[in-house]
Amino acid sequence: MKKEDLPQDPGALAKFTREVCYVKNDDGKYETALSEGWDVKKQALDSAWEDVNERVEEARKAVANGEKSPVYYFMELRLMDLSVLSGYTGIFPFFIKRHFKPSVFKGLSERKLEKYARAFDITVSELTNFKG
Amino acid sequence: MNIDSQTDEFHHVQTAHCENGVTTALLRYHGLDFMTEPLAFGMGSGLFYIQIPFLTVNNGPAISFRTMPGAIFKRTCKSLGVEVTRKKFSNPAAAEAFLDQKVKEGVPVGCQVGVFHLTYFPKEYRFHFNAHNLIVFGEENGRYQISDPVMEDVTSLSKEELSRVRFAQGPLAPRGHIYFPEKIKPITQDMIRKGIVSGIRRNVRDMLSIPGNFAGVNGIRHTSNHVRKWRDKLGLRKASLYLGQIVRMQEEIGTGGGGFRFLYGAFLEEAAAYLQDDRVSNVSEDFTKAGDMWRASAIKMAGVYKGRLTEQKDFEEIADMMLEIRLVEKEAFQKLSSLKLGK
Repeated sequence: MKKEDLPQDPGALAKFTREVCYVKNDDGKYETALSEGWDVKKQALDSAWEDVNERVEEARKAVANGEKSPVYYFMELRLMDLSVLSGYTGIFPFFIKRHFKPSVFKGLSERKLEKYARAFDITVSELTNFKG
Repeated sequence: MNIDSQTDEFHHVQTAHCENGVTTALLRYHGLDFMTEPLAFGMGSGLFYIQIPFLTVNNGPAISFRTMPGAIFKRTCKSLGVEVTRKKFSNPAAAEAFLDQKVKEGVPVGCQVGVFHLTYFPKEYRFHFNAHNLIVFGEENGRYQISDPVMEDVTSLSKEELSRVRFAQGPLAPRGHIYFPEKIKPITQDMIRKGIVSGIRRNVRDMLSIPGNFAGVNGIRHTSNHVRKWRDKLGLRKASLYLGQIVRMQEEIGTGGGGFRFLYGAFLEEAAAYLQDDRVSNVSEDFTKAGDMWRASAIKMAGVYKGRLTEQKDFEEIADMMLEIRLVEKEAFQKLSSLKLGK
């Protein structure tokens, strides 16, 4: 990429930092230059967030309809998947899946609820009282 | 252009990729002034391609354009005969005590962290990615002074904030991973040349002869074959999210696929000067071309996730572009392999 072709499209990083890129100068040699961002990347990031927001909204509806427990909703809200949530709680994925069921969730011990609440950065009552 | 911003003794270095940056800044701190990001990247054989089978990241395919985390620092130090200390911890308190000891001694150290709780990052960038690297180089008013190589300037984190990211969980959990050069002997030009040559040779091996069809240059073909099927198999919406994920893996801070090809081109340019071998700088041009092609493919993929391109033929075109990139990279590494750069 030539230095003059380096895109400068402000994106999510705009207020925080610019990125170092390796570009060719007029002599055909490599040098570094700073970029504000690139629309192609910005849109990839935006579409990833659209997907996240949709997943969270679907999870919220599933809780409201009594299909899923709040564990499922907060997992989506915190951008986690089973392996990440398992890492933060120490609970095996197989059991986490069971805890997605509202009926199983109701019977969870205080200790397990605390583990989940800590992983999600919320209080136990926020977790148990979430109705969608 | 302000890349270095001065602190007491340690110089912050902003780089295109975090691990290169940590390697470069730590080695420079220890007096290896010749170290640059391209050199660290090339000696560490950083260029790679892999689509990890059976693994998804953030609900999309797990693709990496670089070698595994930690390898660049390890290999670059090894080829220069630099002794390295690295530690992992099961206990956050012990990890913090060890770090505090190093800070007290005035030794800058590299830390592996997760970005999800990294407070100075914009929220939009905070996914669960656990192989980010930064340097802790001091303490001020109860906060750690942080040199994050992707940031223009130095920043800081509280004790709780740093402990939290050092003990992020999930795939590649850092477990308080801390590392720093211990002993550095005088480095000769000959050692640098040897390091460059072995770095190139290892990279040739990784890209051309790694077994399996999902890694190295063949990995690009593997993904290309997937791309062809995504629209039918996953539906347009999910398929375009997957393409978006490729672009993010390829171009976002700290991952940069197209960017890595330019970085490798820059490395070969530097290598040519060290080795006094023009043939090497000729191959540099091939990587510049590959980088440009990756960027062109990203633009095409953006057409899909922006909803402008929706036909199967658009997916076919993207897949074909990837096959062309594979050929360019394959030939470039074959050229490097045939140069007989000696030992």
